[in-house]
Amino acid sequence: MSLMNTMPEMALTTTIDDVLNWTRKSSVWYMIFGLACCAIEMMHTGGPRADMERFGAAPRATPRVSDLLIVSGTLTLKMALRTKVLYDQMPEPKYVVSMGSCANCGGLFQLAYSVCDGVDRVIPVDVYVPGCPPRPEALTEGLLKLQEKISQERWLVRKAPDAAHA
Amino acid sequence: MPSARLTSADIVRHLRDRFGERIGAFDDAGKDPSVVVAPTAVREVCRHLKDDPALAFDALGNLSGVDFPKEGVIRVVYHLYSYRHRHAVVLKVNADRDAPVVESVCDVWRAANWLEREVFDLLGVDFEGHPDLRRLLMPEDWPGHPLRKDFVEPEEYHGIRTSRESLLK
Amino acid sequence: MGYEVEVQRDGAFETEEMTLNMGPQHPSTHGVLRFVVKADGEVMREATPDIGYLHRSIEKIAEKVGYHGFMPYTDRVDYVAAMLCNQGWGMVCEKLAGIEVPRRGEFCRVIAAEFNRIASHLLSVGSMGMDIGAYTPFTHALREREMINDLLEQVCGARLTFNYMRIGGCAWDLPPHFKAKALEYLDHFEPIIDEYNALISFNKIYVERLANVAVIPADMAIDYNLVGPNLRGAGVKYDVRRDEPYSVYPDLEFDVPVGTGEMGTVGDSFDRYMVRMREMKECCKIIRQCFAKMEPGPVIAKVPRNFKPPVGDAYIRLESARGDMGWYCVSDGTAFPHRVKVRTGSFAAMAAIEEVSRGLMLADLVTLIASLDLVAPEIDR
Repeated sequence: MSLMNTMPEMALTTTIDDVLNWTRKSSVWYMIFGLACCAIEMMHTGGPRADMERFGAAPRATPRVSDLLIVSGTLTLKMALRTKVLYDQMPEPKYVVSMGSCANCGGLFQLAYSVCDGVDRVIPVDVYVPGCPPRPEALTEGLLKLQEKISQERWLVRKAPDAAHA
Repeated sequence: MPSARLTSADIVRHLRDRFGERIGAFDDAGKDPSVVVAPTAVREVCRHLKDDPALAFDALGNLSGVDFPKEGVIRVVYHLYSYRHRHAVVLKVNADRDAPVVESVCDVWRAANWLEREVFDLLGVDFEGHPDLRRLLMPEDWPGHPLRKDFVEPEEYHGIRTSRESLLK
Repeated sequence: MGYEVEVQRDGAFETEEMTLNMGPQHPSTHGVLRFVVKADGEVMREATPDIGYLHRSIEKIAEKVGYHGFMPYTDRVDYVAAMLCNQGWGMVCEKLAGIEVPRRGEFCRVIAAEFNRIASHLLSVGSMGMDIGAYTPFTHALREREMINDLLEQVCGARLTFNYMRIGGCAWDLPPHFKAKALEYLDHFEPIIDEYNALISFNKIYVERLANVAVIPADMAIDYNLVGPNLRGAGVKYDVRRDEPYSVYPDLEFDVPVGTGEMGTVGDSFDRYMVRMREMKECCKIIRQCFAKMEPGPVIAKVPRNFKPPVGDAYIRLESARGDMGWYCVSDGTAFPHRVKVRTGSFAAMAAIEEVSRGLMLADLVTLIASLDLVAPEIDR
């Protein structure tokens, strides 16, 4: 019998939810899915100056052990099919950050015949980070926004019937 | 053999002496002098350009295809370079646009393998004698040849729509 | 150096060939590349590359956006060394239309290009270290790269995809205190190369991973049209800046480092790696000379907004970070190019992998890819 979303909203259960979310948001492990130019800025964000690992975000090589998929770069139609396969391999709960204009909407490659105009065509996206490429500071803010989103999730507490899922 | 740089005019003269009719017009007026070669003579001419010690074109610098729908040709342009003598030459081969066939030069320079595959993929030129002529950049099941001037983008690919409505509406 | 392995059918030990898939997503910074590897245990029969996962149809877009509008797209052709691609597009348009860039504009171009070359080589050697297993050199390289990004951000406002150059020169002149900051950075950076050499280049483990691995001899390199540090690592002393000079390179003095097989054979991965390390020092020399020789003046020639070069075609070659990059442009007299073709160094290197990988171990494939300094956008465009 699962305890998920079964408890009433009390001080104890919401605190447990908050603690759970705090532990989860402080170790969001992202998969290295560097496609194009934004990948270089993602590397710089994980680099020595704008260190993303101090927020707990460690880069992982395979989708099986990662929570977050940072789609950094242009998604071509050929790659879009593989992206869906990789996203399906990630275990729940999983999040997607669309980094850069190309992943958001196709960017400056909307005129191209071989580019998928935005990664939300194939997988659901949680946070969009604009920029071409976004600065490391911008990607860090995207990660912090994702942490905010995670901290509002409810695991124990029963959700109201028409509450928008965080 | 000491290095002796030849001009394009010398090289074309040398080729005309040897190949006669199959060497076409020599265009000296543009930024890069170039010479037209018949599509059925490409391999022989390139083999000679590479093997002859005075010419020694050991490197295929570039191989591109250009679509000219008004003239009804697809032109394949070869930029050759010689590391030994430090000279360069430009060959232009005009293939009929409806059924473009050009001899492959894969056995002359191994660099030609992928360059010709790219021209086949994007423009549809059939390179006769190529060991492995299949698509390089586009997916295997992509319809059409994208760099042609009359290419129409497909509406969707495997269920993904290829165009995006403006978010401003 | 290859290994010969027999497939045994009878007896106690039966082996079979496996077909493995490497990519297109893999923890390597070289981008979306895929290899279908046929391996017999650890030894590869061959690794067939499969490309096109980053084909963004940049060449077709040129026909839609026009000459001036294409400049930002050239950054994306090779985003690690974007200034050099900008320079290439500028040069081919200038050749088509017969425009001469003012001298100070050429010096600004060369300074930006050489800083970008250092940044590109830093990323290359850093990610090579990371692929081989040494994670620390990568952070060292990123630290230096961040400082170069700061400098180039002062020049043009962007950290990665610069769009600094225009047809006819550069968009803006160098900012007022740039020279002092740049020279201060070079004074800081030149000893760092020696620190790098002490850290990994002559480290016994690193040398064992690189020396005698994936040897590409000179004749094979030329036949496959390998260029740049890949060609120089094979022993061929050729650099487009020295042998077919353009811009202000005839007035500058610099050395062309060549692979000498100091740790193994000529043309192995160590040679290609060492050529890049030594080239960074030469870039510093070039930048210092540029600052010494620059005179005040305009940085861009007068180019009409409605740029219509005469009918014809032009081909230029320039020495990008990954070697001789060829830009071919066909003009039909309108404001939109008829055809643009970029022939890049990584394209030829990727084609050569299929042959060089025969007989290599799986781990050496990673070394080969890293030592050839491939980037996916150059291959797919």
